[in-house]
Amino acid sequence: MAETMKPAPDGHGDSGTRRDFLDLATVAIGGMGVISLAWPFIDQMNPSADTLALKTIEVDIAAIEVGQSVTVVWQGKPVFIRRRTAEEIATAGSVAIDDLRDPQADIDRAQKSEWLILVGVCTHLGCIPLGQKPTDEKGAFGGWYCPCHGSHYDTSGRIRRGPAPENLRVPPYIYLTDTLVLIGESKAPA
Amino acid sequence: MSAPVFKNPIVRWVDYRLPIFSFMHHEMHEYPAPRNLNYWWNFGSLSGIVLMAMIVTGIVLAMHYTPHADMAFASVERIMRDVNYGWLIRYIHMNGGSMFFLLVYIHIFRGLYYGSYKAPRELLWILGVVILLLMMATAFMGYVLPWGQMSFWGATVITNLFSAIPWVGESVVAWLWGGFAVDNPTLNRFYSLHYLLPFAILGVVFLHMWALHRFGSNNPLGIDTKGPQDTIPFHPYYTYKDLYGLGVFLIVFAIFVFFAPNFFGEPDNYIQADPLVTPTHIVPEWYLLPYYAILRAITFDIWFLEAKLIGVIAMFASILLLMFLPWLDRSPVRSAKFRPIYKWVFWVFVIDCVILGVVGANAPGDLVFPNPEAVPDPETGDLPGFKYLLLGQIATAYYFLHLLAVIPLLGLLERPLPVPHSISRPVAAGAGVRRMEKA
Ligand code: HEM
Ligand code: FES
Repeated sequence: MAETMKPAPDGHGDSGTRRDFLDLATVAIGGMGVISLAWPFIDQMNPSADTLALKTIEVDIAAIEVGQSVTVVWQGKPVFIRRRTAEEIATAGSVAIDDLRDPQADIDRAQKSEWLILVGVCTHLGCIPLGQKPTDEKGAFGGWYCPCHGSHYDTSGRIRRGPAPENLRVPPYIYLTDTLVLIGESKAPA
Repeated sequence: MSAPVFKNPIVRWVDYRLPIFSFMHHEMHEYPAPRNLNYWWNFGSLSGIVLMAMIVTGIVLAMHYTPHADMAFASVERIMRDVNYGWLIRYIHMNGGSMFFLLVYIHIFRGLYYGSYKAPRELLWILGVVILLLMMATAFMGYVLPWGQMSFWGATVITNLFSAIPWVGESVVAWLWGGFAVDNPTLNRFYSLHYLLPFAILGVVFLHMWALHRFGSNNPLGIDTKGPQDTIPFHPYYTYKDLYGLGVFLIVFAIFVFFAPNFFGEPDNYIQADPLVTPTHIVPEWYLLPYYAILRAITFDIWFLEAKLIGVIAMFASILLLMFLPWLDRSPVRSAKFRPIYKWVFWVFVIDCVILGVVGANAPGDLVFPNPEAVPDPETGDLPGFKYLLLGQIATAYYFLHLLAVIPLLGLLERPLPVPHSISRPVAAGAGVRRMEKA
């Protein structure tokens, strides 16, 4: 083997022989092939088409009273829908935005200020915060309280104390009618 | 070493073509072991035996288990109630997991005390840390399979750790889940991997043994064997010593399996997973508690890094750092017997790890010394006093201080005691080492 690997004695020197070029080209093409074949094996773990098909739900909110909350399931996660009291809206709106860990105004979190729609998953490590039932502990800011590691959310679902880095997420949604909400899509389906 | 001559003609025929019997003879009979190994050297072989028990019981459980979110919980209950001896096999598997970690942790601390990670056994040590990581992944995914409340919420909390990765975190988590939450696709892939990983562990164990047999076992004196007078054949001396240890261990194991099978478990895991209700107190299995405590100890941002991300990094670093121990510890002396300061510092580290475990089992906001008179702050509900959070932060700080500062500094500053010349000499001469052993 050793002899055949020596550079050809035709003046091409140590580097840049035809064989080096062929080696490199083969490795490059082969490497690309391996990478493109690896992708299907990685991507198969991503959410599948049937999982993605459950992207939206429609919720009738007509029966929800002021001060009442309901939990619906969207994409396997709870979504909190809260019809807020005037007082809750007022406190949510009166917070100094700059003091917040994840600064966001209340009007940017609710399309209609009376209705707060949130993904009910703590942004820390994914527990479900308490506060949906009237008997639940609601934390120091009257919104939600995550018992797992002690995150407090306010009446706008914003993180106020505890380890969670972000506010409770607002899912994409749109009012199809005054009492019918489509969750999972921010544009009305054609 | 000459090839052994086997009496059985079939063995001889096979061995000529595939020298597996010579190999076994070489590794078992001729493999010279230091003559002074104590009972702390039993835990490696015990771990190997438990690994085999996990694989056997696991394969049997897999014959009855259904990896589907709607059926997994019921299938485990069926194993417990209807499958012949299903309760026994599941309890062996369930407690076997705990025993496996118990043995491996003792095995690791043995290595720390006697300096077994030092040259030329660095790679042997690193392979051991790899086994620990694989065990953690395997046990975590196994715990998800019965699909109880702890299974589900443990999986949710741990997979959500990856959302701390900047920019791609959310996509990584969706990729791990195969959906938008922990759900059936997650259970399926965890089952597949839970079946696979123990065999990966087996492979790494093989490399671990290979590296071990290159230089042989370390020993309580931490000095190299100097010749045949320092060694005895592994068989029958240590095969029998291991067998005796196995007997003692099996008694302990059996006490748990038959008399306290749910001692290590959580009652919440006998409630079927409910994606809409989080149990009030989520705890991992006991063997993961110290890492959980480190994760939760970080509640403050550092520069631009969020607390959550630092917590995750600290947790992984706590294990990965162990791989660098052979280079962090510069002391030329292996055994703590001849290291007057390290000997104590070692125990501080052991206690620190136990404290981390206790912290991991408790809510961060609770008081370490419960005080019924403490008045919670009316605004925040906070109790004044010494909380688990602070204890966890102190213990975490010490953990890293130990590995990154105490150990390297001791290597420079400590003056070791004189090390005996050889294993056999002090034993024969009597006096020298025995006095040191008592010290
Ligand atoms: C490194 C070795 C292993 C460890 C540490 C381990 C750990 C675990 C743990 C902690 C559980 C949860 C037990 C419970 O709470 O119910 C479990 C369940 C399970 N394991 Fe393993 N396991 C190992 C090897 C295997 C193997 C090799 C298989 C299959 C071939 C297997 C199959 C199963 C099955 C089917 C379950 C679900 C049934 C049940 O929950 O009891 N395991 N494993
Ligand atoms: S998951 Fe909510 S505080 Fe940690």
